[in-house]
Amino acid sequence: MALLEVENLVARYGRITALDGIALTVEQGEIVTLIGANGAGKTTTLRTISGLVRPAAGTIRFDGRDISKLAPNDIVRAGISHSPEGRHVFPRMTVRENLELGAYTRTAKSEIAEDTEQVLGIFPRLRERYEQKAGTMSGGEQQMLAIARAMMSRPRLLLLDEPSLGLSPILVQTIFGVIRDINARGTTVLLIEQNARQALAVAARGYVLEVGRIAHSGAAAELSASEAVRAAYLGGAA
Amino acid sequence: MDVFLQQLINGLSLGGIYALIALGYTMVYGIIELINFAHGDVYTLGTFFSLAILTLLGVTGIVTGPALIVVVAVTILGAMILCGLTGVIVERLAYRRLRNAPKLAPLITAIGMSFILENLMLYWHGPSPIPFPAVIPNPAVGLGSVTIQAKQIMVIVLAVVLMVVLQVFVYNTKLGKAMRATAQDKDAAQLMGININTTIALTFLIGSALAGAAGFVSGVYYGSTWFLNGFAAGLKAFTAAVLGGIGNLAGAMLGGFLIGLTEAMTTQFISDQWSNVVVFSVLVLVLIFRPTGLLGESLPNKV
Ligand SMILES: Nc1ncnc2c1ncn2[C@@H]1O[C@H](COP(=O)(O)OP(=O)(O)O)[C@@H](O)[C@H]1O
Ligand SMILES: [Mg+2]
Repeated sequence: MALLEVENLVARYGRITALDGIALTVEQGEIVTLIGANGAGKTTTLRTISGLVRPAAGTIRFDGRDISKLAPNDIVRAGISHSPEGRHVFPRMTVRENLELGAYTRTAKSEIAEDTEQVLGIFPRLRERYEQKAGTMSGGEQQMLAIARAMMSRPRLLLLDEPSLGLSPILVQTIFGVIRDINARGTTVLLIEQNARQALAVAARGYVLEVGRIAHSGAAAELSASEAVRAAYLGGAA
Repeated sequence: MDVFLQQLINGLSLGGIYALIALGYTMVYGIIELINFAHGDVYTLGTFFSLAILTLLGVTGIVTGPALIVVVAVTILGAMILCGLTGVIVERLAYRRLRNAPKLAPLITAIGMSFILENLMLYWHGPSPIPFPAVIPNPAVGLGSVTIQAKQIMVIVLAVVLMVVLQVFVYNTKLGKAMRATAQDKDAAQLMGININTTIALTFLIGSALAGAAGFVSGVYYGSTWFLNGFAAGLKAFTAAVLGGIGNLAGAMLGGFLIGLTEAMTTQFISDQWSNVVVFSVLVLVLIFRPTGLLGESLPNKV
């Protein structure tokens, strides 16, 4: 049984159908990527999984349990954490407070302290900014904070929406390194990227979304090699 | 100088009432960006509930000895709980379903809620002023030619104590942190595992409870009330919240005291009739130079 199983998922904004019956699975321990053009429905997919958008139809099973009717706060407790598009750090709170909120669902103080140390080890920059208000930090720093904060709930499944958006090339490398690292420590990852080449390089499998439907899916290497995917998402070059 | 000191005391006690009401405006605005027009009426209800509780306790005048502490505590707590629940019910029935509607819809609804509460109070006690028992003995302490009445001390002490408790709650407890997170970013708050419906209801509970406490205090302070009492006081408290920087707790407190002082000083040194003019002129002047209010932050939400 897959950790996450999405079947026939439909999501609408008023009369706009953003997801028109998609299916995908994520196995325990995998990195799976969801790629596609702007407006394809990638963000909506993650927002529906984490409960911010109510599905119009379909099921979302996490660890065998239907979570499609749960509120977002209960979905976090079930073990899914979502680092949203656009970072959404709490701007008038410090790095410390943002991380504390990431651990909102947890109570064991010593474990929280351990995890805080761990994420500060991964992102030393956040340690330097520990008592600084998140709204005053650079985009890259905020992105690190968003990922670190999402890790603080000790999720089984981490949803990452365009974590490399707007970052410098060096920082993009760092972020992808971190994603590998997080995965190596046992967290399953569902990753959205516009940077399809990079995403397919870290992921085991991928899905290609086109206007609300899954157009292609398969092993990352296959997708990278496929003519159709290359032409549309990898800039055509060999 | 003595006159000035006297008005300082008067202004601070008046300001304590405004500050307590202003906190509710600013908390609700901070969390759902709604100007809760019904809030001034919740404050009046606080006086009405207090009166009902005092009547139940058989209090019609001054209470002395240990009974005084019990009566005051029971009445304030009772008024706070009843007003808090009123706020929660108003949010649940009227505002929650409009949370994602265009801003004008909840605003109009708030004005409607205000009329509903006013009419309920009109039905309850009629259109005339209602006397409120003195409750606390009111010896005046003389300091030179300045006199401080016991009830003024009560207002200031109660206001300060409640503000300190609120500040500690909001900045040092997990629920307080959840409230601030919800105010700053609702989607992100939910992704942290926060139930924002609960958090918003809690905000209404606390804000309205503070108005309930102000309602009791105002009954004792003025010795009477009526069903439209919250209109002017609510407007001034709202002004206080804007003056201090709407959404900002410390700002609401500062604004409340400043409005109270301005009013007292104007009454003394210019004239009674000018107090509103001066109060709103101060507001306009401050907003010209600091559009976000005295303590309002203008930190961008998106960088
Ligand atoms: N809040 C919204 N209201 C209305 N339409 C939306 C909203 N969010 C997204 N959409 C629409 O849904 C479709 C999918 O958007 P999205 O999931 O953000 O795509 P992606 O993340 O792949 O760029 C687009 O057509 C977009 O315009
Ligand atoms: Mg997107």
